[in-house]
Amino acid sequence: MSASPINTAGSATAPRSPIVSLQRVSKTFANATVALKDMTLDINSGEFVSLLGPSGCGKSTALRIIAGLSSPTAGRLVWPDARPGAQPGAQDHAISFVFQEPTLMPWATVFDNVHLPLKLKGQSADASRKAVMEALEMVGLERFATSYPRELSGGMKMRVSIARALVTKPRLLLMDEPFAALDEITRFRLNNDLLRLWQEFGWTVIFVTHSVFESVYLSNRIVVMAARPGRVVADLAVDAPYPRDETFRTSHAYSDHCRSASEALQAAMAAEGDSGH
Amino acid sequence: MTANLDTTASPNAEAAAPVDPAELRKARRERIDRTARWLLPVVVMVATIALWQWYVVAFKVPHYILPGPDRVVQALIADWSMLWPALLITIAITLGALVIATIGGVGLAVLFAQSKWVEMSFFPYAVILQVTPVIVIAPLIFIYVPSKIAGLLICAWIVAFFPILSNTTLGLNSADHNLRNLFQLYGATRWQTLRYLRLPAALPYFLGGLKIAGGLSLIGAIVAEFVAGTGGLGSGLAFKILEASYRLNIPRMFAAILLISVTGIIIFASLSVLSHLLLRHWHESAIKRDS
Repeated sequence: MSASPINTAGSATAPRSPIVSLQRVSKTFANATVALKDMTLDINSGEFVSLLGPSGCGKSTALRIIAGLSSPTAGRLVWPDARPGAQPGAQDHAISFVFQEPTLMPWATVFDNVHLPLKLKGQSADASRKAVMEALEMVGLERFATSYPRELSGGMKMRVSIARALVTKPRLLLMDEPFAALDEITRFRLNNDLLRLWQEFGWTVIFVTHSVFESVYLSNRIVVMAARPGRVVADLAVDAPYPRDETFRTSHAYSDHCRSASEALQAAMAAEGDSGH
Repeated sequence: MTANLDTTASPNAEAAAPVDPAELRKARRERIDRTARWLLPVVVMVATIALWQWYVVAFKVPHYILPGPDRVVQALIADWSMLWPALLITIAITLGALVIATIGGVGLAVLFAQSKWVEMSFFPYAVILQVTPVIVIAPLIFIYVPSKIAGLLICAWIVAFFPILSNTTLGLNSADHNLRNLFQLYGATRWQTLRYLRLPAALPYFLGGLKIAGGLSLIGAIVAEFVAGTGGLGSGLAFKILEASYRLNIPRMFAAILLISVTGIIIFASLSVLSHLLLRHWHESAIKRDS
């Protein structure tokens, strides 16, 4: 388990067993860049975990390894609930991934874009109509099913991307700086929508971000990472209760959490230079 | 006193006039542009024909050197019964070659996309086939291929397939890498990735190649006919031009050339319409913008 105690406030119903454990996971790229070094981390079922760190700290690499898009150079991933030899992935709809860009197919309608994960499993549009429309309703875009991505704003495109991730009813949602390219007002709105859905459906979320404020607002746990080599330097609990809304954003508790996360991040960045010695 | 020095920028101006004058000017400019787009070429054409007619009459140019436009039109009408079937044959060869070039070009591109090794091995030879002038290969083809029609098709295909192959290969490799990751994540098969991701991503590139190939297959068909020479069954417009030149029937040459050009323009326009219809919903090239 991680060094600091994890507060369970938030998703009260979730059991405290890890959904995935990273055990001394390292990743070295072909150009000898050490993206991750000995990362050990338990992600507990039902948690909203933010991976917070400067660019180059390996937070996206960690996410790609958990998604199965990349394999670790050393160390291993353990999925306690999975059958031996069967690593869960997006294929069996246990995991979904949301990229920084909306990553939509421009030639396909909103419906067809959200249908994609089911279509790749061989489900026809008719058979998946209900699931697709439900996913679109979750993000409030049911009226835009026949629109093309270019007709939507940046925030709406990201909603489609989230609907596509949710259509498979995943247990683990991986998000790689999904709101980084959006304006602040849209980002706040999507933050609130994401929290609402998370509370309703109780997935586990791993959320990569470089925003201290966003990580504090969303998560009940912040894993702070440092670069060169990428590693975990702090594991902070955010024990503010859910549901969180704009009053939380202006509360003392919020600013206190932001300060401690920010200090951890500063310490992480100061430590970067020392790692080589 | 409120003096509106800059009426276009001031919010007060908006309150006074519902549409701001700069926008009105812009709209009018666009309307004029739309008309000019077809009117100006027509004016140039009419002027050229008039100048041509005047020159021929004023300098008494003999019609076996340069016939006037009136004689070209006369030849077109008088020889229609001979030119029309020849045109149909040329069109048939052209469209046949275009269809085979599309199938061959896309087929090879898909094959190349399956494996970098296949692409590395064969792409240089596609380039060699493209850069070697068809007019020097054509005589060989007509020696090796017994059927004249097949020979014509092969020549036109050689000229036309490369832009399709080259563009489609580029398009298949241009699919967004995040989308590729997504397909990988959801366990897409190679076939699904091709069908749902790489082929749609390649469509605009393919259509660009197709537009070029349309004109090239006509050129390929005509060049091959020139090489194939002697008439008989299946002789197209190029042979009629050759024949007319031997007889110094210059008006008929002009009439045949006119038909070839018009055919080329129609092919290009049709492919442009096809391209627009397929891309209008989503591709940047087919989307009208306000600003």
